[in-house]
Amino acid sequence: MSAQPQSRDTAARRWRGGYAVLYLAFLYVPILVLPVFSFNDSIFVSFPLKEFTTKWYAQLAGQPALFDALANSLKVAIFSAVFSTLLGIFAAKAMTRYRFPLQRPAFALVMLPLVIPEIILGLSLLIMVNRIGLSLSLYTVSIGHVLLCVPFAVAVLLSRFEGFDRSLEEASLDLGESAWMTFWRVTFPIVFPGIVSSLLLTFTISFDEFIIAFFLTGSETTLPVHIWSQLRFPQRLPSVLALGTLLLVASTLLIILAEWLRRRGIQPDKQPDM
Amino acid sequence: MTDHANTVSPAAGSFGRLRLAVTRSEALRGLTLMSPTLFVVVAAMAVPLMLMVAYSFWSQSYVTLDTSFTLKNYTDVVTRDIYHILFLRSVTISGIVTLVTVLLAYPMAYFVAFDVKKNKLLWLILLTLPFWTSYLLRVFSWKVILGYNGVINSGLMSMGVIAEPLQFLLYNPFSVIVTLAHAWAAFAILPIYVSLEKIDRTLLEAATDLGDGPVRRFFRITLPLSMPGVIAASLLIFIPTVGDYVTPSLVGGTGGVMIANIIQAQFSRANNWPLGSALAISTMLAVTAIACLSIWLAKRGTAAIR
Repeated sequence: MSAQPQSRDTAARRWRGGYAVLYLAFLYVPILVLPVFSFNDSIFVSFPLKEFTTKWYAQLAGQPALFDALANSLKVAIFSAVFSTLLGIFAAKAMTRYRFPLQRPAFALVMLPLVIPEIILGLSLLIMVNRIGLSLSLYTVSIGHVLLCVPFAVAVLLSRFEGFDRSLEEASLDLGESAWMTFWRVTFPIVFPGIVSSLLLTFTISFDEFIIAFFLTGSETTLPVHIWSQLRFPQRLPSVLALGTLLLVASTLLIILAEWLRRRGIQPDKQPDM
Repeated sequence: MTDHANTVSPAAGSFGRLRLAVTRSEALRGLTLMSPTLFVVVAAMAVPLMLMVAYSFWSQSYVTLDTSFTLKNYTDVVTRDIYHILFLRSVTISGIVTLVTVLLAYPMAYFVAFDVKKNKLLWLILLTLPFWTSYLLRVFSWKVILGYNGVINSGLMSMGVIAEPLQFLLYNPFSVIVTLAHAWAAFAILPIYVSLEKIDRTLLEAATDLGDGPVRRFFRITLPLSMPGVIAASLLIFIPTVGDYVTPSLVGGTGGVMIANIIQAQFSRANNWPLGSALAISTMLAVTAIACLSIWLAKRGTAAIR
């Protein structure tokens, strides 16, 4: 290796590093607008910044509709997370441990909601719910969210199950452990981080989801639908920013936890295929 | 994920039969395990989609639904100019968004895959974090940034750069493209990163040893081998953005209305579910066709390079 190409490589690397920093700025600056202006003592979101205030946060406390929506969203998100993760465990285990006819088409079908526009998933469910004669409720929203979350749960869990060495289970059985104890002492600890991160991920997806919820929600609204209704009133804007900031912090904490759990112990070259 | 067909010759004897039985029961157990997930996907996606197809062949006058077969909705979709314009606009906007997002994300993914040595996990978390915050609020914050009295205009005015607010920032296709390119960034970075990370580094060394410069090496090895990631990213962005109606209705204005807004209107204000279904189904089919065509072209293009 001569010295010249190497120095050109470092130069190129430096350019890419600079680009990466700019790209991060593009990703983060629009999001940081929410917290910055949520502490600004003005009803308008514009420069120059006025006094620092926490009154928009205090205002949130006096909105009972907000807390109802929050409770609804929590219910839907917990249900969707548990249910889709359970379905994800079944599918991931079936895909990694067994061979069966039509395995690939079945897998494609399960992952299909990823590439169908959400508006079509939501509207077709609305048609079916209407046909059956169900009334719109938190249950109908939950069905839509489970459908949306399943591919994500499968993708996360698959990476865990793929890295799983089957001989560990066999060794445990050979050494005289029962099937139950093998599951409890060998399988579960290995797969556990994947399950937790799938739960957190699907919880977040459902908690933030708007398009499907917008069509399938009844008189009880979820939080994003509530926020959508608030966006029409300019005077509510600062408190929406405050609410957005709180959600931002909560999502961030959840996802850092999920990512940390998911990638713990997985080699970088064993990424799941999206 | 390759299927190993366990073929057993008839002459294999009892051992072969035993293996066949085990294979069969394994197949059965696999299917049983898969069935709850399949059931949910079929019941909550396949059946509703079929119902939507059925609706698209029905008609509705005011509130009564007429379930006799008609092609009227589809002739409407095909002949009315407004739907053509909106569909073409949606496809164009989504196409540009896909192109811009993938082009912007590629160097970023390349940087993490090849240049970052130590804190890869940290970079990946940093890059995916914004994606997990509320979509609605991310779109909304662009409205706040680009608005008439928004962050950019008020910032530039208080600095004295401009005397009057710039009006071209919000409520046009441009603002829709910027917002979507931001909102879907993670969907581009991750697949491209994964495919770049998988590339065997010895291939790159071999190319260098055989006299390829960095540019030639990139176009002959790195780019073709990362094509699966680029294609996956394009699909994951193009298909959902065509169906997005939040972004157009928040930042699009009248010039940025997309096909999904019209579909949504048929299910609410206009209250014509059959027509809405026909619009939704034809959009989905057309988008799938465009996506398949682009994949085919991309694959042929890559093959031509190699």
